[in-house]
Amino acid sequence: MNLKPETLEKIEAVIPRYPQKRSAVLPVLHLVHEDQGYISREATEWIAEKLGLEPINVWELITFYPMLRDKPVGKKLVRVCRTLSCALQGSYKICETFREVLECKLDEPTPDGEVMVEFAECLASCHTGPVVMVNDELYEHVDETKAKEIAGKVRNGTGGTPSDTV
Amino acid sequence: MAAKERRIILKNIDRPGYGNQLDSYLEEGGYEILKRALQSKPEDLREEVRKSGVRGRGGAGFPAGMKWSFLDFKSGKPIYLLCNADESEPGTFKDRQIIHKDPHQLIEGMLISAYAITAKVAFIYIRGEFPEGAKILERAVEEAREANFLGENILGTDFSCEIYVHRGAGAYICGEETGLIESIEGKRPYPRIKPPYFPAALGLYMCPTIVNNVETLCNVKHIVAMGGEEYAKIGRPGNTGTRIWCVSGHVRKPGYYEFEGGALTLGELIYDVCGGLYPDRTLKAVIPGGSSMKILRADERFKGKDRDGNEFDLGLEDLILDFDGIAQSGSLSGSGGIIVLDDTTDMVEALANVSSFYAHESCGQCTPCREGSLWLKKILERMSRGQARLEDVDLLKSVADQIPGRTICAFGEATAWPVQSYVAKFRDEFIAKAEQQAAGHSRGNGCSEDKIQLV
Ligand SMILES: Cc1cc2nc3c(=O)[nH]c(=O)nc-3n(C[C@H](O)[C@H](O)[C@H](O)COP(=O)(O)O)c2cc1C
Ligand code: SF4
Ligand code: FES
Repeated sequence: MNLKPETLEKIEAVIPRYPQKRSAVLPVLHLVHEDQGYISREATEWIAEKLGLEPINVWELITFYPMLRDKPVGKKLVRVCRTLSCALQGSYKICETFREVLECKLDEPTPDGEVMVEFAECLASCHTGPVVMVNDELYEHVDETKAKEIAGKVRNGTGGTPSDTV
Repeated sequence: MAAKERRIILKNIDRPGYGNQLDSYLEEGGYEILKRALQSKPEDLREEVRKSGVRGRGGAGFPAGMKWSFLDFKSGKPIYLLCNADESEPGTFKDRQIIHKDPHQLIEGMLISAYAITAKVAFIYIRGEFPEGAKILERAVEEAREANFLGENILGTDFSCEIYVHRGAGAYICGEETGLIESIEGKRPYPRIKPPYFPAALGLYMCPTIVNNVETLCNVKHIVAMGGEEYAKIGRPGNTGTRIWCVSGHVRKPGYYEFEGGALTLGELIYDVCGGLYPDRTLKAVIPGGSSMKILRADERFKGKDRDGNEFDLGLEDLILDFDGIAQSGSLSGSGGIIVLDDTTDMVEALANVSSFYAHESCGQCTPCREGSLWLKKILERMSRGQARLEDVDLLKSVADQIPGRTICAFGEATAWPVQSYVAKFRDEFIAKAEQQAAGHSRGNGCSEDKIQLV
């Protein structure tokens, strides 16, 4: 595992914020996740060592929190909100559209490791549903046309970058 | 016609030209109230909050001043302030607006609150799915630090306070205050059992801790600005101040709207403020406070006696919009997330969707919650997929009835209440589903439009 120097710097900066070192585990997990795309076994052990914990103390968080993954999930992660308000606006259909255009199965990264489509629970933007997140970017009012457009961008590698709006 | 919005918390939000940077906030008199607050004694500020009567906006509606009064000031341990920005109850989206569009209002509210409860360290626990919100808050904290509103010896006083932004990672249970505390401690966010773990006595690192919602902490700024008594004149007694209602579902103008407590009825909110239903639809049901709250049927009558002993007999549209008004329906206004359902909604599918959420989010500590939520989801999904049985209605009820009161945290109620209320109020629809399916129709009634598919 090779963490970028910026990541290491950020890790060193975040640990002293907390009165107890163990509290830094979630922020450190986020930083490693951003750097690597997932948390490998090696990373789990490295984080444990860094914070004076046992690997199980880190592993039990990775297995609990939906956003922490122990395997690569695709460079672009498409999360379609499936909860009630979005479902009422047709989000299940929108999810199908993404899968069709991106030619992938739900919850399975494409063989080239580029994309994965999954459902998410309420993303707290229920008034602008259906909403979809591509990596860190939120897309609102995603109808069929917009879904195809976003999926197209995801496929050619441009969707889901900050400040990207459709 | 409905009362007009009274925007106190949302005052600058969506106002053209208003940005989320410090300059914009300072132009609006930002941090002036903090300056003033730092000239007062902390106990006097706590008294103002008590007098304001403000109730928590996170879900339970517990009076903030009373919560603060439970703090153990004599323990000699540090006191912590935690801002609950987990915003994960389905149907709720107000905190996102504040965080994205007016982060300094929250930070000023937090600093005043921290000073009032003598906390030197505060955390904002923000849900993992708000990466942009976390960045905005981090930047706002830095801006506030550079201007000495935060950090060491704030504005030349001997009060020092740090605020840190702590991101969650996609688990709903982190919104429950003791789960949130465990999460900050770096553990699995398993809620703690109360007693003994009331945060005000044994919270973060077993120190006295206050957990308040984003909207509640913003209110503190305005309470201190106008004085507790003046604030208490806004809204109805017991429902002071404004509330932000988040409306979604089958209305023409879904969105967030801020009104004084008791200023209008649920009917006025739906028809006048939110533009009513789509053409040719009729109202079927309303979920009044986030998806965990009991559902209300459009043609129900709510009868009982109010606090003063007066009898009431109200329809759904007459319910007064505040904590006590909604409570007259036997449900609760919870987090302020109102989900409107029209006659195209298949209630079995709607419940399957909601129950699927709770099955996914149970933390798994308590057997009734962990197993019950999963079985409810399985039964409802089977019903939605064309294999409903007549006995399912009673089965659902019996599973749901085993959960509340038998769990560590109120998630147990959140799982059971939707099932208990949908099944009781739409029993016919559940039975009709089973009968129709037995007669060979694989998909049930009500779901008139293909695109409204809920599971
Ligand atoms: C399962 C569950 C989830 C909760 N989720 C949230 C949440 O996302 N945001 C929130 O502010 N409060 C949430 N609460 C309520 C908190 O436990 C707590 O009461 C609240 O943050 C206190 O703040 P307040 O007094 O300002 O409302 C939740 C409670 C439960 C039982
Ligand atoms: S009620 Fe459910 S969510 Fe709450 S502690 Fe028990 S298992 Fe966890
Ligand atoms: S239901 Fe999709 S954002 Fe809330």
